[in-house]
Amino acid sequence: MTAGASTMADTGGALISPEKYEEKAFGFWIYLMSDAVIFALLFATYVVMLGNTAGGPTGKELFSLERAAGETALLLASSATFGFAAVAMARNERSRVVLWLLVTLGLGAGFLFLEFGEFAGMIAQGAGPQRSGFLSAFFTLVGTHGLHVSIGSLCIVVMIGQVLFKGLTAPVASRLARLGLFWHFLDIIWVAIFSVVYLPGVL
Amino acid sequence: MDIFGRLTIESLPFYSAIAASGAAITVLGALSVAGVITYFGAWRLVLFDWVSSIDHKKIGIMYIMVALVMLMRGFIDAAMMRSQQAIAYNNEGYLPPGHFDQIFSSHGTIMIFFMAMPFLSGLINLIMPQQIGSRDVAFPFMNSVSLWLTTAGAGLVLVSLVIGKFSTAGWTGYPPYSGAEFTPGVGVDYWLWAVLISGVGSTMSGINFLVTIIKCRGPGMTLFRMPLFTWTVFVTSVLMIFAFPALTVACGMLVLDRTLDMHFFTNELGGNMMNYINLFWLWGHPEVYILILPAFGVFSEVVAVFSQKRLFGYISLVLATMAIGILSFTVWLHHFFTMGSSANVNSFFGIMTTIIAVPTGVKVFDWLLTMFRGRLIFKAPMLYTIGFLVTFCIGGLSGVLLALPPVDYLMHNTTFLIAHFHNMIIPGVLFGYLAGYMFWFPKAFGFKLNEKWGVWSFWCWIIGFYLAFMPLYVLGLLGMPRRMEHYEIAAWQPHLIVAAIGALIIFFGIVCLGVQLAVSIRDRKQNLDLTGDPWNGRSLEWATSSPPAPYNFAVLPQVRGVDAWWDMKQRGVAYQRPDRYVDIVIPKNTFIGAFIGGTGFVFGFAMVWWIWWLAIACLAAIAIALIIRSSDDESDFVMPASQVKEIEDARFAQLAKAPKNEMADEPGFAGQPVPEAST
Repeated sequence: MTAGASTMADTGGALISPEKYEEKAFGFWIYLMSDAVIFALLFATYVVMLGNTAGGPTGKELFSLERAAGETALLLASSATFGFAAVAMARNERSRVVLWLLVTLGLGAGFLFLEFGEFAGMIAQGAGPQRSGFLSAFFTLVGTHGLHVSIGSLCIVVMIGQVLFKGLTAPVASRLARLGLFWHFLDIIWVAIFSVVYLPGVL
Repeated sequence: MDIFGRLTIESLPFYSAIAASGAAITVLGALSVAGVITYFGAWRLVLFDWVSSIDHKKIGIMYIMVALVMLMRGFIDAAMMRSQQAIAYNNEGYLPPGHFDQIFSSHGTIMIFFMAMPFLSGLINLIMPQQIGSRDVAFPFMNSVSLWLTTAGAGLVLVSLVIGKFSTAGWTGYPPYSGAEFTPGVGVDYWLWAVLISGVGSTMSGINFLVTIIKCRGPGMTLFRMPLFTWTVFVTSVLMIFAFPALTVACGMLVLDRTLDMHFFTNELGGNMMNYINLFWLWGHPEVYILILPAFGVFSEVVAVFSQKRLFGYISLVLATMAIGILSFTVWLHHFFTMGSSANVNSFFGIMTTIIAVPTGVKVFDWLLTMFRGRLIFKAPMLYTIGFLVTFCIGGLSGVLLALPPVDYLMHNTTFLIAHFHNMIIPGVLFGYLAGYMFWFPKAFGFKLNEKWGVWSFWCWIIGFYLAFMPLYVLGLLGMPRRMEHYEIAAWQPHLIVAAIGALIIFFGIVCLGVQLAVSIRDRKQNLDLTGDPWNGRSLEWATSSPPAPYNFAVLPQVRGVDAWWDMKQRGVAYQRPDRYVDIVIPKNTFIGAFIGGTGFVFGFAMVWWIWWLAIACLAAIAIALIIRSSDDESDFVMPASQVKEIEDARFAQLAKAPKNEMADEPGFAGQPVPEAST
């Protein structure tokens, strides 16, 4: 991922050697593994608490596969568009990078909009996280993912700013590469959420 | 909704004389530190050379300062508990139950999270990069953030003494008692946010140390040439990265239960409190090894240096460390055998727990065999090591007893358990860190600690330890539960009085540590470490000057095997002046790490007291600080070769004046390695 960064001629004023970017990328991979453990435990808790509905609504009554499919489509597409941004970065095409990042941001916002609507709808029907252990686990698992997507979106905004004002220098390219890792990671987590939460939930 | 959340004037501790005096001591302590800094006119130094520093050595020293302060606070808690139990036979003693409960909760929380964790992070920061021939850790700025987040957590525990109360739910915070239904106040929230905020710091430290070891080793420093301390750090870092998320998840869910009325661990509406205990110990057991492995590393370094011979069984020690690291994730259920899992599940975890004693035993034999036919020098760190070896074996054997589920059913939550884990953690962890503190102090400050007071501290600690904890084994067998505020069984009292006397002797041990530090600072001119190698060391941290230059090594040393520095001395290439110096890139100081820590502290405080606007403002401030930092491409500066040469010339001038060997007068000293060329 950082190969592009290390060959970048423009260091943007940074003094560190190219190997440093590799260290950063490696450290970020380790962070993602640690974060994956957080999600693993949230998944485990969710599965354990599936039956703890306390007489409240179950997944079958609450989840809509159409909405979940829409969310999935938006997030998967955003991963592809981030990939296009990475390709444009490798080709040093600054305006294309910004364009694809904007598209990614739009898709991410669409995902968050759908998820927010789902949460609001459930809370409105009295199926909020306070209703049962099952719903606490559901909102926490899916909400933690949503929080990650929100933070990722904020980072995309920051990176659009950096690309516009600093150009595709080595440090900017290296940050963008790590943000890409984060974004794809969230995609993988979402695929797991879809397969563990929504699909068995409605079947 | 009030702008101060649930914070009112009644939160100040004027309801009890003891609580008020605790608060007064905390406030006076903070004021006197500020006073001393002002008196010496040292604010500029403190702020610009230390608080904003992202040099791993200074960060290490600051971590250890936090640890020593918190050690005193944690010990005061212990002394109050021991004195209460010594007198509370058939009467109430001097501590009301609510207060006693806060004290045992804060004692455990402080000793684990804010004494042991900062102490180990400090030693690692100070030494590990030097041992692998590196100029810094991989992420110096993140290192500073970790330090200040840990400090923020410690600050929250201290502030709970002044504003509001601390948790009464023990250091493990088991629900449903720790839930909002049974413990509605702010105490558990203080505990949760202190643990969560410092836990983020620890996770980042783990990532930082691991990447440093994997990516930043000097030329020739292959993995199997690394000193054993670095190996233990490697495994500890892996454990931090994979275990701390469990603590974050468990505590995060308890926060959600308490503040947003969710039902993860409540009695009703589908809560499952056993899941908390499961998640907590999924972190908690690896945490034991996170604490103890670096101490094992210290013992390995100390025992080789003061036996004046190569560490016995290097490979087996490395493999044992890795085995412990893996097995540490397979034993957590032994903390709750009494939950009532099936006999098969309990047996599995019982067997795994006894198996983990095997690699630990391998280590003990390796250390013993290192001493065998060595020429031992009984400096204070070596005394701590020998004290550890003897005492730790007793604790280990009582652990193997507790690993048997039927025995555990009898011993669960008795003082036998308390005796067991203190028997592991005081000699295993604390003695290791104290040995490391005395061993590496000259490296950090350029002068040695007073030996006599160090030896005294050791004898007080070890005698005090036996007196304080052996009676607890007996009490456990007599059926005394842990956390008793008062009791009506006459047979318990004599043992508790002996235990209190033990605590008093440990207190003298702490006094000795303080006197040692004061005397050593007073007499520093006589005890200067001019060579940077005060003990005739074996690994690369002794190749740098004491204290080391900002870049550690002007020229990165070439490593050829285990005991790299010893090998360099043998080859006659130690202290060799290089032909020329080059420019060195060094990160600039920054206040952003301290700002994030300080804001993290205010954020935790706001979350404890439900001051939502303030919490949101703090999060926004942290986000802005991070964005500013991440947009700064000029966070380093170049130290020109001429300046490096100046620093190194001063070092060589000092070396010329220094005795050839600082250990030469030591009885039993076997001599320095002789360069091969001259033999």
